[in-house]
Amino acid sequence: MAACGHCGLLVPPGLQDFCCAGCRTVHAALREWGLEEGWSRRLRESKSAPRPARASGRSFAEFDDPSLLAACADVQDGRGRAELYLEGVHCAACAWLVERLPKIVPGVESARLDLTRGVAEVRWDPARVSLSAAARALDRLGYPPHPAQRGEAELRRAEERRELVRIGVAGAIAGNLMGIAFALYGGSLHSIEPAFQSFFRWTSLLLAALSLAWPGRVFLRGGWNALRARAPHADLPIALGLLAGFLGGAWNVWRGQGEVYFEAVGILVFLLLTGRFLQRRQQRRAHDSLALLHALAPAVARLLDASGPAREVPVAALRAGDRVEVLAGAGVPADGRIVAGSSGFDLALLTGESRPVELGPGAAVHAGTTSLTSRVVMEVERTGAETRVGRIAALVARSSAERAPIVLFADRMAGWFTAAVLAIALGTAFFWSSQGAAVALDRAMALLLVACPCALGMATPLALTAAIGRAARRGFLVKRGAALERLARPGVLLLDKTGTLTEGRFALRGWSGSAEAAQLAAALEAQAAGPHAAALRSLAPRGVELPAVTDVRLIPGQGVEGLVGGRRVLAGSPAFLAARGAPAPPAQLEAALARGLTPVAVAVDGRCAGLAELGDALRPGAAKMVNDLRARGWELRILSGDHPRVVAVAARELGIPAEHARGGASPEDKVAAVQAARAAARGRAVVMVGDGVNDAAALAAADVGVAVHGGAEASLQAADVHLAGAEGLPAIVELLAGARRTLGAVQRALLVSLAYNGAAVALAAAGLISPILAAVLMPISSLTVVALAFRARTFSPAAA
Amino acid sequence: MSLIFIVLPIALAVAAVAVIAYLWAARSGQFDDLETPRHRILWEDEAAGPADAEDEPTSRSRE
Repeated sequence: MAACGHCGLLVPPGLQDFCCAGCRTVHAALREWGLEEGWSRRLRESKSAPRPARASGRSFAEFDDPSLLAACADVQDGRGRAELYLEGVHCAACAWLVERLPKIVPGVESARLDLTRGVAEVRWDPARVSLSAAARALDRLGYPPHPAQRGEAELRRAEERRELVRIGVAGAIAGNLMGIAFALYGGSLHSIEPAFQSFFRWTSLLLAALSLAWPGRVFLRGGWNALRARAPHADLPIALGLLAGFLGGAWNVWRGQGEVYFEAVGILVFLLLTGRFLQRRQQRRAHDSLALLHALAPAVARLLDASGPAREVPVAALRAGDRVEVLAGAGVPADGRIVAGSSGFDLALLTGESRPVELGPGAAVHAGTTSLTSRVVMEVERTGAETRVGRIAALVARSSAERAPIVLFADRMAGWFTAAVLAIALGTAFFWSSQGAAVALDRAMALLLVACPCALGMATPLALTAAIGRAARRGFLVKRGAALERLARPGVLLLDKTGTLTEGRFALRGWSGSAEAAQLAAALEAQAAGPHAAALRSLAPRGVELPAVTDVRLIPGQGVEGLVGGRRVLAGSPAFLAARGAPAPPAQLEAALARGLTPVAVAVDGRCAGLAELGDALRPGAAKMVNDLRARGWELRILSGDHPRVVAVAARELGIPAEHARGGASPEDKVAAVQAARAAARGRAVVMVGDGVNDAAALAAADVGVAVHGGAEASLQAADVHLAGAEGLPAIVELLAGARRTLGAVQRALLVSLAYNGAAVALAAAGLISPILAAVLMPISSLTVVALAFRARTFSPAAA
Repeated sequence: MSLIFIVLPIALAVAAVAVIAYLWAARSGQFDDLETPRHRILWEDEAAGPADAEDEPTSRSRE
């Protein structure tokens, strides 16, 4: 990927030259004022001036609709406050530009952009300006706004604030407890006065009580819930250890003798909360984005009334039977039928077909597809959740919910761990009961505290979080750690063909016909833009003078025609040429198809004059990588929307059995294939690799979905992993290797923490543990685990 | 010698003040967005809106 011409960040797929509209606008302004000299040399080399930011030019009238305002804004006391999700927000320049909104639109009081979420908080004065005016200004800057669903984001933010409060309080208490403990230890060596000792002990009892009752309550509640639901998880032994340490200490303070463990309790609460917060935050970031919904279907429709011109209404206001107009380049807002006009439609979202399909009156059209070439009028039949894309979105939601209760290893162990620790504690109490009840109780309490699986509770999340961080620097965005755990063990790998196994672009693989026809076709395609144009242009050698071309017409999905040097030339699919009375020789067509190539026929003056064979070449080394993966135990399958014969040929070249290579699959077929694979997987993970938007449902249905194309925000809604920095099979091989190393790191961390706990339990059972040893052992075990987790070489940063 | 009975509560009270300051910062959203403010301080700007006063991050205290 190229670097942004202004700020140097990577340019996301789908954009050119600049990472975002902010950079584009700033760069255009610098250029206009002659200030660009200081910027990158790349700017001076680029010959074309950058185009202005792309605005959708809509009126955004729906932003003044009361029902929409109620959903995304507060308006009271002559003050409005709304949260808007902005498309295309990328870097600091975007934030600068968006926050200049009050200068651009008088009446807007402030605009604050949260870069990570892409959400701007706009405050405005409803008496002076409408929200739609602010929305139009944002759109003109190149950030089409969408209403952000307020409730969920606010809940999440409130939750995050509560967690921060807990950590801060727990940290402050732990620090003070340690200070007091230091005085107690020093005192016990240098014979402290009993009055001071008792005062320190009571103070730390108070602080520990505060720590358990406020920030530590989450563990007690979690343990209690686990007990009540009879579903043990890591909270149960943690709660047990914390309570034992506190109650044992409290009892000893009360009777004025014996040991206290309050600082260990305080430190435990703080460390556990911190580990948990880091892990949650990672997950939240990935969930936070709102992009998929906007990627799937438009938010507004142009409703046609009996009276007057079309007006924009929110999609939610559409009813069956309404007539709406769909402009060229706009998305279809609902499922329905075309009643007037015809246009080429991009159906990629539903069929995976990248070429436009011509649809006319009477044809069914679906929400989420895009009309490319002209305006049509359609009658609405189904809206919202009942549309095909709505069902796919529901499928995504259901599939991700289905898979959510992933039982972590630590949780599975928690039940056994608790039972074992309780049994040992009982045994210890029984063993020491000969020396009196007080000693027996003391020993059992100390044991329960040091057995508290602090490191166990932190080891898995921290090791996974660290690996996710390293993976992100490599360009692999991982939504949840459990996905890495699953990728570490071999399972079934369903691969997309185009772009993953292959280079993802067509190249000329063969030509049969006259050299003159080749030159004419190359000249024609030089004027056309289509999936095959670049490949066909190479029919003529570079630098050769091409004849002049006039009267070019692109027939979407079929081919191109035009006058080249006075001769009528057609280039396109054999079916298209046959329909124009210039059929290609069947034997040559068959030969191309048998080799898995896409034939493009060329006709000159109404007669077929040549046949080009285009193919999407396999990535170099693909066959070896496929073999290596299989040697590791992965079962590889191809699941592609491409033509079955093309897929079959690719499978043969890679050595994948024909029954595991499936072509011509629609998104629904892919979901079914993933579900069938899961049913037959017998506990192995089913990993789906596909396009983040088009294959969303299949990605969500798989145990682990890996998105390789599409924007990261949209992809991560459905997929667990998004590969941004690298592409294709090599990146997947690297991801799997990194996941394997991550699992190794997790296992090492678990092993170490168990070893610590085992040693501590043994010492406590023998009556050798002292509070000072407990206080030293607990943080050291945690720190070792943290160091192990962060030092592990899981993903290496990008070489570039 | 019994000074400690006065000093320790005072120390805890000072810590409590720091904790309260932290609570205010966390609850008023100072830590919500850790990304944008670090860019925002670099903008040379005459138009400091009322909202910009919130930018200074309150340092976290554990003592």
